Amino acid sequence: MITRRIALLGVAVAAFVVAVPALAADDLNLPRQAVALVAPPFVHPHEQATKEAPKIIEFKLVITEKEVVIDEAGTKFQAMTFNGSMPGPLMVVHEGDYVEVTLVNPETNAMPHNIDFHAATGALGGGALTHVNPGEQVVLRWKATRTGTFIYHCAPEGMIPWHVVSGMHGTVMVLPRDGLKNREGKALRYDRLYYVGENDLYVPKDEKGQYKSYETVGESFADTTEVMRKLIPTHVVFNGKVGALTGKNAMTSKVGETVMIVHSQANRDSRPHLIGGHGDYVWETGKFVNPPEKDLETWFIRGGSAGAALYTFRQPGIYAYVNHNLIEAVELGATAHFKVEGKWNNDLMTQVQPPGPILPGKSSAADAVVKTR
Amino acid sequence: MLLAMKIKAAITAAVLASPIALTVAPVAHPVDSAITEIAAKPFQYRLAGDFSRDGKPAPAPLREALLAASIKIMNRQVTAGEYARCADDGRCPKIPQASAMAERPMVGVSWRDATAYAEWMTNKTGVLHRLPTDEEWVFAAGQKVREEALPLVDPVDPAQAWIARYEAEANRARPGALDPQPVGAFGRNENGLLDVGGNIWEWTNSCFLRMTLEPTGAARVTNTNCGVRVVQGAHRTYMTDFIRDPRTGGCAAGVPPANLGFRLVVEDKNWPALQRMIVATFTPG
Ligand SMILES: [Cu+2]
Repeated sequence: MITRRIALLGVAVAAFVVAVPALAADDLNLPRQAVALVAPPFVHPHEQATKEAPKIIEFKLVITEKEVVIDEAGTKFQAMTFNGSMPGPLMVVHEGDYVEVTLVNPETNAMPHNIDFHAATGALGGGALTHVNPGEQVVLRWKATRTGTFIYHCAPEGMIPWHVVSGMHGTVMVLPRDGLKNREGKALRYDRLYYVGENDLYVPKDEKGQYKSYETVGESFADTTEVMRKLIPTHVVFNGKVGALTGKNAMTSKVGETVMIVHSQANRDSRPHLIGGHGDYVWETGKFVNPPEKDLETWFIRGGSAGAALYTFRQPGIYAYVNHNLIEAVELGATAHFKVEGKWNNDLMTQVQPPGPILPGKSSAADAVVKTR
Repeated sequence: MLLAMKIKAAITAAVLASPIALTVAPVAHPVDSAITEIAAKPFQYRLAGDFSRDGKPAPAPLREALLAASIKIMNRQVTAGEYARCADDGRCPKIPQASAMAERPMVGVSWRDATAYAEWMTNKTGVLHRLPTDEEWVFAAGQKVREEALPLVDPVDPAQAWIARYEAEANRARPGALDPQPVGAFGRNENGLLDVGGNIWEWTNSCFLRMTLEPTGAARVTNTNCGVRVVQGAHRTYMTDFIRDPRTGGCAAGVPPANLGFRLVVEDKNWPALQRMIVATFTPG
């Protein structure tokens, strides 16, 4: 293929030239902290409340274009990712910190990319200052002036939705310096945090209805755009794949433990629901300056936002965490599981009588209906 | 700058060295009224790509340029009917176009589609057909080239330049009709080329380059992206090679080209390809 050959040749010739990155002088006299990011559903170690003064927190995001498998049938998908995962990693800082991101677009990629932080102010969220071609990197620094969970995503001119639904999105969480609070101002803490990134995928099919696969991400563009424009995803998944958070990969917890679930959807509305549990405290819009709602059954994640929910498990067992459009959960893939250990609480729930034959003569709801006739 | 030119020469050489170009037998130059030959003469050329000096954005240098030989270029854009024949042959991707438009220029083509068409033409005629380089396009476009010096972005306060650029782009004259018009609807330039700078932008073979200007005036390439090609028309822009519809949207500011089409350059076998590509007599600017 001419395209690839030319591209490689261009790269080879350019490689003779040693690029000297021009780093701006450090005008901020603040301590620096480099944070190693980890792949979702996990998050890097962080303080929930901090006594330290604001810092410059350094993160590195390496863009990877690669083929991934998105379901049990082995459907192949040309993905574009931050740090190789869909979604990209969750980054946690505190209000007043400076987020300094090194965005790397390795030569092995084919496409220019950039990054738009919903938490940042100006320059299209940084998108206008971060265009990098394959073989380039850029460093952007922005101040975390608002608390909450905020999406970040790639936003290249003319191709924004395609890059986003191909996997280029993630979340930044800006915590209040003194930690999370309930409506009365009482401190709220979590024992674990899981990051669930929901992704609607649009995989083209051939004449026989079989999913099509492509050699490169660029080749998938035209057909994928056709499917996208009809607005009906072929897959709705958590963390890049049907089953990415079930079975061996199920999230774990134990009775008495408080779990924070950060849920993002960069493109399309969602409605998380924990089957058998609740949202004790939910920042549905994800912004911690607003008091959390209490005791929710289902919460709403607006497309292009991330929300946060706290729940303390009270019963052991398996919980399903789903998008409660159940068609999307069951048919399209938006299901995760929690495996929770601990001792069963009979007071909260008990099976008074196991399933068995319907007994005559005893007072029951069914009899009551008959009697009133 | 020399290095940049070498890269382009090398890239073009790769195109020329493709098996198709080597295996065809040379035939007599086709008598095609659509081809115009323009004799080489000096012209002003503003380099394509992004430039910086001392880590700050810098204006693209304007150079005095000269093609090494005359250029044979289509005086009109490739039509939908012509492209359809390549698609019918199974050598170009099928792209639906209204059949009534067959005599009008082909639009909605990517660089890859245009390149496939050029290969097919080369095969069919035995004469090398290819997209023009940006330098060749600018030379052939002559007076139709619009020099537009957009304000430079100052990293210390980028917003002022963005606003000024946005206004400049919004004030650009926009073609009245978006659909492809009959060939010739946008007039003829002094070189006999039709519809240059009309409502169709044209693919070139030139890759996107990022360059640093040295104190000597020389341009050093820091990044070559051949996944993005220079697109020419009423203004110069850069597009990813598989884009067919240059729409923009959402938060990406700026006014995109109305349509993407192309015209081809033909080469005789006895014109040494590399030699033709070198744009000579650069002076530091
Ligand atoms: Cu991207």
